[in-house]
Amino acid sequence: MSVYHPPKISSNEITPQRVYLSRRTFIGGAAAGLVLSGTAVSASAAPLQAKPGSYKLDEKLTPKEAVTTYNNFYEFGVNKSDPAQNSGDFKPTPWAVAVEGLVNKPKTFGLEELMKIQLEERTYRMRCVEGWSMVIPWIGFPLKALLDQVEPQGSAKYVAFETVVRPSEMPGQSGFFQPLSWPYIEGLRLDEAAHPLTILAVGLYGETLPNQNGAPIRLVVPWKYGFKSIKSVVKIKLVEKQPETTWKNANAKEYGFYSNVNPAVDHPRWSQATEQRIGEGSGLFPDRRPTLPFNGYADEVASLYAGMDLKANY
Amino acid sequence: MPSFAALPRRLHGPSVRALYFLGLLPAAWYLYQAMTGGLGFNPVKGLEHLLGIWALRFLIVALFVTPLRDLTGINWLRYRRALGLLGFYYVLFHFTVYVVLDLRLDIHAVWADIVRRPYITIGMACLILLLPLAATSNGWSIRRLGPRWNTLHKLSYLILAGAVLHFVLARKSLTLEPAVYIAIAAVLLSYRIVRKPVLRWKRPKRQNQPVRQT
Repeated sequence: MSVYHPPKISSNEITPQRVYLSRRTFIGGAAAGLVLSGTAVSASAAPLQAKPGSYKLDEKLTPKEAVTTYNNFYEFGVNKSDPAQNSGDFKPTPWAVAVEGLVNKPKTFGLEELMKIQLEERTYRMRCVEGWSMVIPWIGFPLKALLDQVEPQGSAKYVAFETVVRPSEMPGQSGFFQPLSWPYIEGLRLDEAAHPLTILAVGLYGETLPNQNGAPIRLVVPWKYGFKSIKSVVKIKLVEKQPETTWKNANAKEYGFYSNVNPAVDHPRWSQATEQRIGEGSGLFPDRRPTLPFNGYADEVASLYAGMDLKANY
Repeated sequence: MPSFAALPRRLHGPSVRALYFLGLLPAAWYLYQAMTGGLGFNPVKGLEHLLGIWALRFLIVALFVTPLRDLTGINWLRYRRALGLLGFYYVLFHFTVYVVLDLRLDIHAVWADIVRRPYITIGMACLILLLPLAATSNGWSIRRLGPRWNTLHKLSYLILAGAVLHFVLARKSLTLEPAVYIAIAAVLLSYRIVRKPVLRWKRPKRQNQPVRQT
């Protein structure tokens, strides 16, 4: 399939807005429409600088087209192609994330401020609860870097996250038939949130996050099923009790609070023993491989759950 | 009852054959798309789901023939066998893709799915229930079974209910699409409950007309 790759352009090559606006006026009408539709593909992504991170994988990266056109983001629709198709009106800037609750220094961070935290590139596996997986080069920073700035209090045991609610920009949030209740909410135990693997991502494949992947800032917790990695985050709250989470509220028998990737604990309606690696294999014979405990991050995170019954705490 | 231009008798056979041909086109098209990248980054799941949806559609249209004839006089009875069999063929395609392409002939995994996952148990039961119906979808069986043929083929109501349930349970959440199928199936199945009174209500009127004229 031929897909348009937006070229990487350095800032000195970009025509000043004043100049191109005057050109557009000159070209006018139909031609302007063509220019606009042509640029729409890359409108939400801009090049992003990051230092190479410490987490790399020997596995082949999932093609960028797959990462940006095949995913779940119910705020834009329930089909895998909906997020890419329906997120054009979403405005990821300006943006702010409120960090509050049981902290000494609650604060609302502007996106620019968050982007100043040392960004690094990290290649993580992403395992969807539906039985497919990807390998994605994220750009972001450890969530702990943000938590440290607000100083969690001793009573804080959990971290609750919340996605933005904007029905006018997110078609999945409007209409009479809503598959989930909004805002989308997620949560982690504080030690999970502070784990060095847990990051807030602001980019992927060397660019800022496309709208469909959770622009401008999202959580990435690579050892948990993908739905835990909440997108387009506006609120992070430190709390004492285990917070509610969207999918657990929707169906507690099928989606637990922990939702650690675990090939030994099946989803009630399908096996989690294997996964289909998106973009690998060919046509009718895609790649299907065994799913790894904690999505392959057992060495780093298994100790967080020492002594816990992972079948009961799914 | 409204009258519709009847299809000339000589075209009856060809029109049924055309329906089989047209009915199999979606399967061929999706198979081609799956092989050439047209079904996106998860072509096997895409193919599996599309074949399942088309199976459901044919079963629905097959069960639409009777109410359509009762209520409007449009008679598609000659197409009902083709519609039902197309539904059955799509169920077979759907099952084949699931076993061969999705689970890679891992019979152990197939069996585990069937016994442990209710929506797959239901889907499998529907496939098995369809076998006697498909096997008796011929003139010889109809003559041979007589009134028992009608009784046997009432299984199609159970199969449609099961197929919709299978579809709805396979989804992560209830969205508009499965809700529409639930509604259509509910209307078609509840029509069978009210069918006798409806026909009784329609029939006397017709019989009364000549009485009033005399």
